Amino acid sequence: MSQYYTATDHFVLVPAILLALFGIAILLFDFLLFPLARQRKWLILFVALGAAFSGGAFYRQQAFLARNAIDRITAFDGALVIDGFALFFNWVFLAASLIVALVSYKYLEIEDEHRGEYYGLILLANCGMFFLAAGADLVTLFVGLELMAVCFYVMVGFLRSDKRSNEAALKYLLLGAFSSGVLVYGFSVLYGISGSTKLADIAGAVAARPHDDPLVLLALVTTAVGLLFKISAVPFHMWAPDAYEGAPTTVTAYLSVASKAASFAFLVRIFMGPLASLRDLWEPALAVIAVLSMTVGNLAAITQSNVKRLLAYSSISHAGYILLGLVAGNETGIQGVLVYVLVYTFMNLGAFLVLIALRRQELLGEHVDDLSGLVHKSPGYAFLMLIFLLSLAGIPPTAGFIGKYFIFLALIQTQHYWLAVVATLYVAVAVYYYFRLVRSMFTGVLADQVPLATSFGLQVALAVTGVLTLAIGVYPQPFLSLAEISVLR
Amino acid sequence: MNEHWLSIVLFTPLAGMLVLLLLPSSNKTLIKIWANVAGLAGFLVSLPLVFRFDRNAEGFQMVEKVLWIPSLGVHYLLGIDGISLLLVLLTTLIGFLAILSSWSAVEERLKQYYAMFLLQQTGMIGVFLALDFFLFYVFWEVVLVPMYFIIGVWGGPRKLYAAIKFFLYTLAGSVLMLLGILTLYFQHFRQFGFYTFEISELMKLQLPVELQQWVFWAFFLGFAIKVPMFPFHTWLPDAHVEAPTAGSVVLASVLLKMGTYGFLRFSLPLLPQASITPAIVQTLVWLSIVAILYGALVSLMQKDWKKLVAYSSVSHLGFCTLGIFALNPNGIAGSVIQQVNHGISTGMLFLIVGIVYERRHTREIKEYGGLAHVMPIYSIVFAFAMLSSAGLPLLNGFIGEFTILQGAFEANRIWAACAVLGIVLGAAYLLWLYQRTMLGEVTNEKNRHLPDLNLRELAVFAPLIAWAIWIGVYPKPYFEVLEKPVAQIVERVRPGYFNSASTAVVTAPSTLPSVRGGAQ
Repeated sequence: MSQYYTATDHFVLVPAILLALFGIAILLFDFLLFPLARQRKWLILFVALGAAFSGGAFYRQQAFLARNAIDRITAFDGALVIDGFALFFNWVFLAASLIVALVSYKYLEIEDEHRGEYYGLILLANCGMFFLAAGADLVTLFVGLELMAVCFYVMVGFLRSDKRSNEAALKYLLLGAFSSGVLVYGFSVLYGISGSTKLADIAGAVAARPHDDPLVLLALVTTAVGLLFKISAVPFHMWAPDAYEGAPTTVTAYLSVASKAASFAFLVRIFMGPLASLRDLWEPALAVIAVLSMTVGNLAAITQSNVKRLLAYSSISHAGYILLGLVAGNETGIQGVLVYVLVYTFMNLGAFLVLIALRRQELLGEHVDDLSGLVHKSPGYAFLMLIFLLSLAGIPPTAGFIGKYFIFLALIQTQHYWLAVVATLYVAVAVYYYFRLVRSMFTGVLADQVPLATSFGLQVALAVTGVLTLAIGVYPQPFLSLAEISVLR
Repeated sequence: MNEHWLSIVLFTPLAGMLVLLLLPSSNKTLIKIWANVAGLAGFLVSLPLVFRFDRNAEGFQMVEKVLWIPSLGVHYLLGIDGISLLLVLLTTLIGFLAILSSWSAVEERLKQYYAMFLLQQTGMIGVFLALDFFLFYVFWEVVLVPMYFIIGVWGGPRKLYAAIKFFLYTLAGSVLMLLGILTLYFQHFRQFGFYTFEISELMKLQLPVELQQWVFWAFFLGFAIKVPMFPFHTWLPDAHVEAPTAGSVVLASVLLKMGTYGFLRFSLPLLPQASITPAIVQTLVWLSIVAILYGALVSLMQKDWKKLVAYSSVSHLGFCTLGIFALNPNGIAGSVIQQVNHGISTGMLFLIVGIVYERRHTREIKEYGGLAHVMPIYSIVFAFAMLSSAGLPLLNGFIGEFTILQGAFEANRIWAACAVLGIVLGAAYLLWLYQRTMLGEVTNEKNRHLPDLNLRELAVFAPLIAWAIWIGVYPKPYFEVLEKPVAQIVERVRPGYFNSASTAVVTAPSTLPSVRGGAQ
């Protein structure tokens, strides 16, 4: 540690600095420049600029990796690492942040809570996610996690006058804090074992110890439980449906894709890093948890009448599928995790975008019946929703199929045949509840005559997510190539 | 142009659909006309296939191959042989006639209705043309969605239940089939070091019999649910009864053939040792025979006209699968011919039900009687359909069933004996249906003034009747087209079959002409 801040450190950190700066700039300029609520949509420009600048920085990093044909750049004495894996996830975060910011203004105006901090929180949360994907040090990772989580606690409770939103925020805060506590306890044990906070050092120290060492087991269990809370895997999923339902729909969308993607990046880093040598211990456990997640998520989703809750349970089952990629653990499996996260981001965002349009001045628009007869009123929205739902179910030629394809293939390659059979059969179960929405939209009688709450931003976002959901399904090659070079090795 | 002819056939309906979506939904006549034009165009572009097809060539013809997803080894790979040629022609003709028959039957949400039909058309043609397993699977699944909507939106009173049942059943089967496909794909990588879904590449695999059997059962679930074989048939009566007429026609005539085609194209050639395993052959044959008899007996009991036809499909498809698993040239060739026959005759039977349903809005058999007096032309058309379905000599059904029975007889006489019973029962329920609805006095006053077939309706039936007579009277070209691909399948499943059989009297491919003799 000869220097505190080298040029490499700066090169690695600059996207996060930019995100943080733009986030803080929004907090400052909000009340200086835009005192009126209806002017605040210009703050999206700040988000866009922040995303564009840090995207530029990521692009330079990616180009640097490619030009020098190296795997990674490490900075801050190994606390941060930029590799294909980190960059891949960061692209996903940026896309999600941009899309969510783009669709929020109309929604928040309808909720009468259009305040500037919201956009600042999006960028700050994104900054936290950067550290989750790029961190290689327990403290860095934990600070990143908390930065992201604190932003989300606030955003989930953003509708101050709405009881549900408050309740959701409180639940999310309590369970989030609890799980962070468990996680950080696990970290402390890991530190105790190895005397270091660097993931690479810990990996060596853990591998050197016998597997039945109680200390190792304690570290494994507490760390795993903390992480599984964050990705809302069964049986640590209880917070998700309530938080998803109560949060403003735009925040639910953001939470369900970006926060989940970041948590998965975190989880894969830990399990493929410090805990990699314990694979024969955690692999069966994760397999059970994945099957439980698919079971509970899919079966509970069947009975939901609130679409946000339904999508919450469906996202639990998707977490199960992604975990299966980690259970398989070979290169295809990890590539499957990446591809799945990517396609899930777009298809799930897309489904939430339609829900956002359904929230109108006097209508909550969250019930399955609120979708009824949508095809008569807004056929375009109905068909886009159909594409998103087909993709969520994993029917080709949509993106969701490509995600599931990798998971299934990885399971077969690693001879987890029964897991593969269970995972495929749950596709049929999932179709059942996704098609409840389809049925409502296409065969129900028109629920109301009130036009959808559309805005320019929403239409752009829908077009982008819709086109990508189809494009990744029909011509996946560019996305697969990106995932291929991004596999954590 | 020439080397892309299959793509043209494949995408003409899709192009028609895209144009259809641009038309104003208020102008119903325009939409109907355009849908019919697109359907007819789809049929017409498929006709040159007949002349371009070289019946003496081995393997696949008019092959198109483009690398689609390089990192997965997926190709856009189309090709045609005698089996797919017949099924593609059946698809394009039935698809067009289904659209034509909907002219006055469907009046709401026309644009979506016809769009679904055209989209489905592309999906079905794709299933029969794809020679890359990934591509095949994509088309296979694409077909489900439009059919879900056709049943679920324009269907009868229990349409929602029937639609989701259809979707879930077939989906559950096909995702397990996907696992089988991925297993072959991975095994190919282990043996040859590169990933590919190409059928001809996967055929080079040397797999242990036990693994083949696992994959066979995975494929079986996908295909048997689609066919549907007993005991997976329960989705079929629901789907057929609730679907609109045109939907039933396409479902019975084409969609079910995707299952039997799957057995012929994938199960047998890719898993030859599993396909010849006695346990598997016995299971499939006996499931087929049960389907033949069970379908026929249940048909006898039906009070609902359309349900009767639906169960008769179970019985007829039982013949098709029996023919396939007789595993000899006669059985397989007969099976393909019978698939086409079933498409023609059951398609007609569903259209027949649809016509009275459109006029009377009931399908109860007892509501009708003596219709021959009121609708003479209709009753003649019905007689053709009924006799063709029952397997009367000089009509198509006879050729198919006879050849299948010949194949079954060669393989095992008991099989043939049981299946023959099915033909007798088939004649029984069809003749009885005809008697109850058409013959005798007009029993119901409401039927007294039913209009007979109009010109458009006749135009729907005319090509089907003509085709039924052609196959019945002069099936030679059909057997010639099928000779090579069928021989290839048999040779693959039973290596050396033709060498050893040339000494025996019955089973050389040269016995095929004897069938033609039998028909004339």
